[in-house]
Amino acid sequence: MSMKSAPVNDPEGVAPATGGEERRTRASQRTLVWWAFKKHRLALVSAWLLAGMLIVIALCEFVAPFGDRHRDSEYTTAPPQVLKLWDTDGPDGFQWGLHVDGYTSEQDPRSLRITYEPDPADRVEVGLFVKGEEYELFGLIPMDRHLIGPKDMDDPMYLFGTTTDGQDLLSQLVYATRVSASVGIIGVLVAFLLGIVLGAVSGYFGGVTDNAVQRVIELIMSVPSIPLWLGLAAALPPDMGPVARYFIITTILALVAWTGLAREVRGRFLALRSEEFVTSARLDGSSHGRIMFRHMLPSFSSHVIAALSLSIPGMILAETALSWLGMGLRAPAVSWGVQLQDASKWSVLSGAPWLLIPGLCVVLVVLAFNFVGDGLRDAADPYKH
Amino acid sequence: MVRYLGRRVLYMAATLLAISLVVFVIINLPPGDFVTALQAKYNQQGQGLGPQDVENLRVRYGLDGNLVQQYWHWFTQIAAHGNLGMSFEFDKPVAQVIAPRLGWTLAVSLITLLVTWALAFPIGVYSAVKQHSIGDYAVTTVGFLGLATPSFLIALVFIYFSVTWFGSVPSGLCSPEWCDAAWNLGKLLDLFGHLWIPMIVIGTGGVAGLVRIIRNNLLDELRRPYVTAARARGVPEGPLLRRYPLRVALNPFVSTIGWILPLLLVGDIVVGQILSLPTLGPILLGALKSQDMYLAGSIIMILSVVTVIGTLISDLLLGWLDPRIRLGHQR
Repeated sequence: MSMKSAPVNDPEGVAPATGGEERRTRASQRTLVWWAFKKHRLALVSAWLLAGMLIVIALCEFVAPFGDRHRDSEYTTAPPQVLKLWDTDGPDGFQWGLHVDGYTSEQDPRSLRITYEPDPADRVEVGLFVKGEEYELFGLIPMDRHLIGPKDMDDPMYLFGTTTDGQDLLSQLVYATRVSASVGIIGVLVAFLLGIVLGAVSGYFGGVTDNAVQRVIELIMSVPSIPLWLGLAAALPPDMGPVARYFIITTILALVAWTGLAREVRGRFLALRSEEFVTSARLDGSSHGRIMFRHMLPSFSSHVIAALSLSIPGMILAETALSWLGMGLRAPAVSWGVQLQDASKWSVLSGAPWLLIPGLCVVLVVLAFNFVGDGLRDAADPYKH
Repeated sequence: MVRYLGRRVLYMAATLLAISLVVFVIINLPPGDFVTALQAKYNQQGQGLGPQDVENLRVRYGLDGNLVQQYWHWFTQIAAHGNLGMSFEFDKPVAQVIAPRLGWTLAVSLITLLVTWALAFPIGVYSAVKQHSIGDYAVTTVGFLGLATPSFLIALVFIYFSVTWFGSVPSGLCSPEWCDAAWNLGKLLDLFGHLWIPMIVIGTGGVAGLVRIIRNNLLDELRRPYVTAARARGVPEGPLLRRYPLRVALNPFVSTIGWILPLLLVGDIVVGQILSLPTLGPILLGALKSQDMYLAGSIIMILSVVTVIGTLISDLLLGWLDPRIRLGHQR
C-alpha cells in the first residue's frame, strides 16, 4: 500500500501514552489495532457518526416525526423551521418551551405559486416523546411515540422544510438513510462474498485458475460501471414492487463492484501462499478450504474489513446517482437519490435550497466511511513498526 | 516491446468481443424485441401487421433464429457494415442518431481531461512538496469532499447559485444566436462560456482523485534514499525535484487515461441530463427509459470501446515510458 496518512508516520509508534512497552507486548492484536485506530482522530469521530447513523436506521420509525406515507398537501415546499427553546415576543413576554413558528402563506398573483414564511405569532408546541402516527418498532412492537414532534399531531413541524409533495423532509431523510445506507452495506456484503471466494481461489491456486479469474475481472473493470448499471437496471419491469426492486438493484451494484475486493483478497493470498504456516497446515492434511478460510483469511481480516469499509462509499454513490437518474429505486421507495430528484428542476431548486439537504447527508456518510476505512487500513497492521 | 504490444492488443480484442456479448445481453434483457415494439406502434395507429409482415421484418432485422444466430447477425452487421441497428424512438439508424453527438461528447471529455491534468499536476506536486502545510491540508480537504460528492450534486449546487446570482442557467453548449453560425472567434468564446460549468462538474472527481494519486506517489518517491543522497551531495531542491522524483510521479498521468475517460463520460450522462448538452449522455438515458435497446446498447458499447482503447493507449505509453512495467511480465 503506497497511501499512508500522517498519523502512522508518527515516530512515537503505536503504543499509547498510557501503556509502556510491557503493556504493548502483552496486548492482543485486536487491542493493538484499536489503539492504532484511536490515534486517527477523524476516523474515530467518523466511527461515532456512523454508529449514530446505525441507531437512527434501527429506530427509524421512532426517530422520524412523521411516517413515510405522511403527506400534508396544505404545506408544499415550505421552508425549514428553527427549533426554539424559549419565546420572547409571546403574549406573556418571556416564556420557556420547545416550539417552532407556524407558517403564513402568500400566493403570488401572477404565477399563482404559494410561498410560505415562518410566522412568529403562530406558535407550534413541540415535545419530546410525543404521541404521533402509530407504527411497529422493528416490525413487532406497536407504538405511537416519536422522539420529537408537534404536541398536536395535525400542527406543522417541518424542521428541514417540506418537499414539493408536502412531505416532511426530515422524516423522509430518516427513512431514506435506512434505504441508502443499507443498499451500501448489504451490497458490499454480497460483493464481499463473491470477491472473497473468487479472490481466494484465484490467489491460492494460481496458474490457470488465477489467469481466468483475472481476465474476467479485467473485463468487468473495462466496462464503464454506470452505463453497465443503467443497462442492467433498464431491464427491470417498471411495475416491480419496491422491495424486489431494492434487492435487485443492490445485487446489480454488487455484481459490478466485487472486482476490487477480489483483487485485494487475491493479492493477500498470493503473498501468504508460500508462508511456512500454510505449508505446515497443508502437511498436516488440512483441506484447501480449511487452509484458505481458517488459516490464511484470519491473518489479514483487518485488511479485509478496511477494504470493505472503503468500498461502501462507491456503492452508496452509485445507488444515489442511479436513483436520481430515475433508473434505480423509485417512489414510493425513498432513498437519497430519489429525494434529490425533487431538486433537479432549477425552477423549484432556486426557491427551495433545503431540498439539497439529502445531498449533504450523502457527502457526510460517504466521507465518514472513507475516514473509517482509511483509519482501519492504517491500523490494520499493528506489528508493522 | 513488440511482444508487450502484441499481448496488449490481443487482450484488447478479447475484451472487445466480451463487451459485445455483454451489450448483446443488455439489448435482449427487456421483454420483446424491435419487431414487437414496432408491432405495438402500428397497432396503436390502427394499422395492424399481418403475421407475414412480422415474419418478413424479423428476417430483415436478423431477429429470426435462435439467440446465437441473432448475436452473430448483430455482430457481423456492426463489424462489417458499421450497422448498429435501428433506433425505435428516433425512427432512424442508430449510427445517424449517435454520430453528431459523439463528436461533442469526445470534445467535452477531452477538453475536460486536459483541464483536469493541467489543474491536478501543480496542485498534487505542491501538496506533496509542502506536506503538512496549510495549503496541503486545504487541498486534501477539498479533495476528500470532491471524491465524496456525486457529480450531479455539484451540478445542482452550481445551478442553485447560478440562478440566485445571475437569474438563469447556461444550458446547452451554445447561445441561441451562435448555434447555427459558422465557426469563428465569437462562437468559440461563446462555447467556452458554456463549457466551464460542465467542465467543473465533470472534472471535479477526476481532479480530486488524480491529485491524491500524484501526491501519494511523489511522497513515496521523496522518501527514497536516492533523494536524501542527492540532497546530501548538495543538489539544489528545484533541480533535484525536477530531475528524478517528478519523472516517476508522472506515471499516473498516463495510467489515468484508462480510468479517467470513463469517469468523464459517465459524468457526461449526469451533467448532460441537467444542462441539456448535445452529448450522448442524455439520449442514453432517454433510450434506456423507453427501452430503445439498440440505441442504448450501442451507446454503452461505444463508451466501453472508448474506455478499452484508452486503457490500451495508456498501457502502451506506460510500457514505453517505464521499462519496469514493460519487462515485469516476462519474469
